[in-house]
Amino acid sequence: MLKETGIISEEELNKILPDEERRKKGPFAVVECVEEIPCDPCTAACPFGAIPPFDNVNEVPSVDFDKCNGCGICIALCPGVAIFVVDETYTADKALLKLPYEFVPLPGKGEMVGCLDRSGGEICKGIVVRVQKHPSKTNIIWLEIPLDFSQKVRNIKLK
Amino acid sequence: MIRESEMLVVGGGPAGMMAALQGLDNGIAVTLIDDGIEIGGQLIKQTHKFFGSEMEYAGTRGIELGKMLKEKLFNYDNFTYLGKTTATGYYEDGVVTAVREDKEYMKFRPRVLLIATGAAERPLAIPNCDLPGVYGAGAVQTLMNLYGVLPGKRALMIGAGNIGLIVAYQLLQAGTGVAAVVEAMPCIGGYLVHASKIRRSGVPILCSHTILDIQGSDRVERAKIVKVDDNWNPLPGTEKWLEVDLICVAVGLTPLTDLLWQAGCEMRYVSELGGEVPVRNREMQTSVPHIFVAGDAAGIEEASSAILEGGIAGLAMARYLGAPMTDSEYRENSAKYWNELENFRGGPIGRRILEGLKKVLEH
Amino acid sequence: MRIKEHPILKFDFSKKVQFYFEGQPMYGVEGEPIAAALHDNGVMVLRDSINLKRPRGFFCAIGHCSSCLMEVNGEPNIRVCIVPLEAGMRVNRQRGKGELR
Repeated sequence: MLKETGIISEEELNKILPDEERRKKGPFAVVECVEEIPCDPCTAACPFGAIPPFDNVNEVPSVDFDKCNGCGICIALCPGVAIFVVDETYTADKALLKLPYEFVPLPGKGEMVGCLDRSGGEICKGIVVRVQKHPSKTNIIWLEIPLDFSQKVRNIKLK
Repeated sequence: MIRESEMLVVGGGPAGMMAALQGLDNGIAVTLIDDGIEIGGQLIKQTHKFFGSEMEYAGTRGIELGKMLKEKLFNYDNFTYLGKTTATGYYEDGVVTAVREDKEYMKFRPRVLLIATGAAERPLAIPNCDLPGVYGAGAVQTLMNLYGVLPGKRALMIGAGNIGLIVAYQLLQAGTGVAAVVEAMPCIGGYLVHASKIRRSGVPILCSHTILDIQGSDRVERAKIVKVDDNWNPLPGTEKWLEVDLICVAVGLTPLTDLLWQAGCEMRYVSELGGEVPVRNREMQTSVPHIFVAGDAAGIEEASSAILEGGIAGLAMARYLGAPMTDSEYRENSAKYWNELENFRGGPIGRRILEGLKKVLEH
Repeated sequence: MRIKEHPILKFDFSKKVQFYFEGQPMYGVEGEPIAAALHDNGVMVLRDSINLKRPRGFFCAIGHCSSCLMEVNGEPNIRVCIVPLEAGMRVNRQRGKGELR
């Protein structure tokens, strides 16, 4: 499906997510990069070594969720703009999503935005908690979204 | 007047710039001619971060990389850059002719020559494909990423290879809408992370689809797309008109090999490498001993591999000219580039390139 | 139309110069390809094809396809995709093959 549409399937997603127990412990990185391509900056990006180095540059990245604390440093360092951080423990019914954003204008803190799924369709509303500007111009949007949508929302749409 | 020179590089893209740098680093005087307004070829329009590893500057945007290589080159006193200069021919006596700014006619006789002329966009052969508004993907990048001109309001991208996917994203960043990306093959050809980026911005990627017709009086106003079967035959009843004012063509590239042909370099048709390409050895030396090749002119691949090939060719050319380096130094430095290149080509996408190289790489 | 705001790039449009297209004054940025300035001014038809007189525009932007040949300061067959704009240039659509001076 991914190869025909550009949308990662449920099955592929489940393979890259941590187990239920880990998800309940706090934020973690979701590296939506499941194809062998020659690219390895993510392995050097993590200060905690949670993305182990490759033997070959074409390997698919893996995440050691015992080491990943969801800091989000890797988000802006992934050339493929494919890393997201999700905190499903943010509040009882809200998740915090950190997503890479390379468009203008940037949303403001506190702004309500449309939340888009992997096909670009709006599925809910979210509130921008923080806009983290990155020198490489891949900025990071911190977004409060309904918990049920934590693994569905991957983009935003400004009013 | 014939300009006698040590190393002449034709083409100032990533391959040409890297080769020139290798020559300069080894004390060789280098002249680089390029027909563009600015040095850098396609590199200086690439707003995305490059893939690969540290050695080919992964994580750096092409534009930044272009600036960096340019700065390094212009630091050398024995570097001569002739921009807006089109190489027009290669003659039996080893003379390369060129025209500078459509005014000055020039002749060069280099001791060693690098052909790093890159590639040209393949055209789209359908009715009205010559209408203004049907632009090559590279041309669209030139307008929007180099000169800040919006290429259109709403685009249709033809081709879901890396160029099509990347340029579709860049169109969105510039503020041009993208109605769809159509791809005749049943699967996306480019990296899936590039596909996901535009898909989550709402751009449909339509595989097994092609463009059938374009309409407009003196510019593109709409385009007809259709679903195709496994043999690329249009499926009746699936036609759809899209209102677009820009059709961006990214259906592949053809190596620009005119000078190689003129110089009598042995050429072979290799579909995996995009067409007729020169036979070369592991030094990127062609069948004409003083002529080397690198980048897309040697076979269509990525900017990252052009950078590495440029390094290999430049180093070999410096050695050819007798630059002071021991054999073991040469082998060690060349091997660094080769290891990286082999690593880069080690995945499923590189396999096709390796298949192609088997047909032209002689040991 | 120019890009006003871009997430990655910054453009400098300050070196504005006047030129003429078919006798009409227009503005562009000095040093950019003539074709870019024309596109910004909404001019997309750059010449007529030689035989069928079909409208032709920009295509390759690397000086290879000959779709953008125009007459500049009286000289025909100028590849406006790789020739930089200068103040006062007189740019005309090319009809046919053009006459060499």
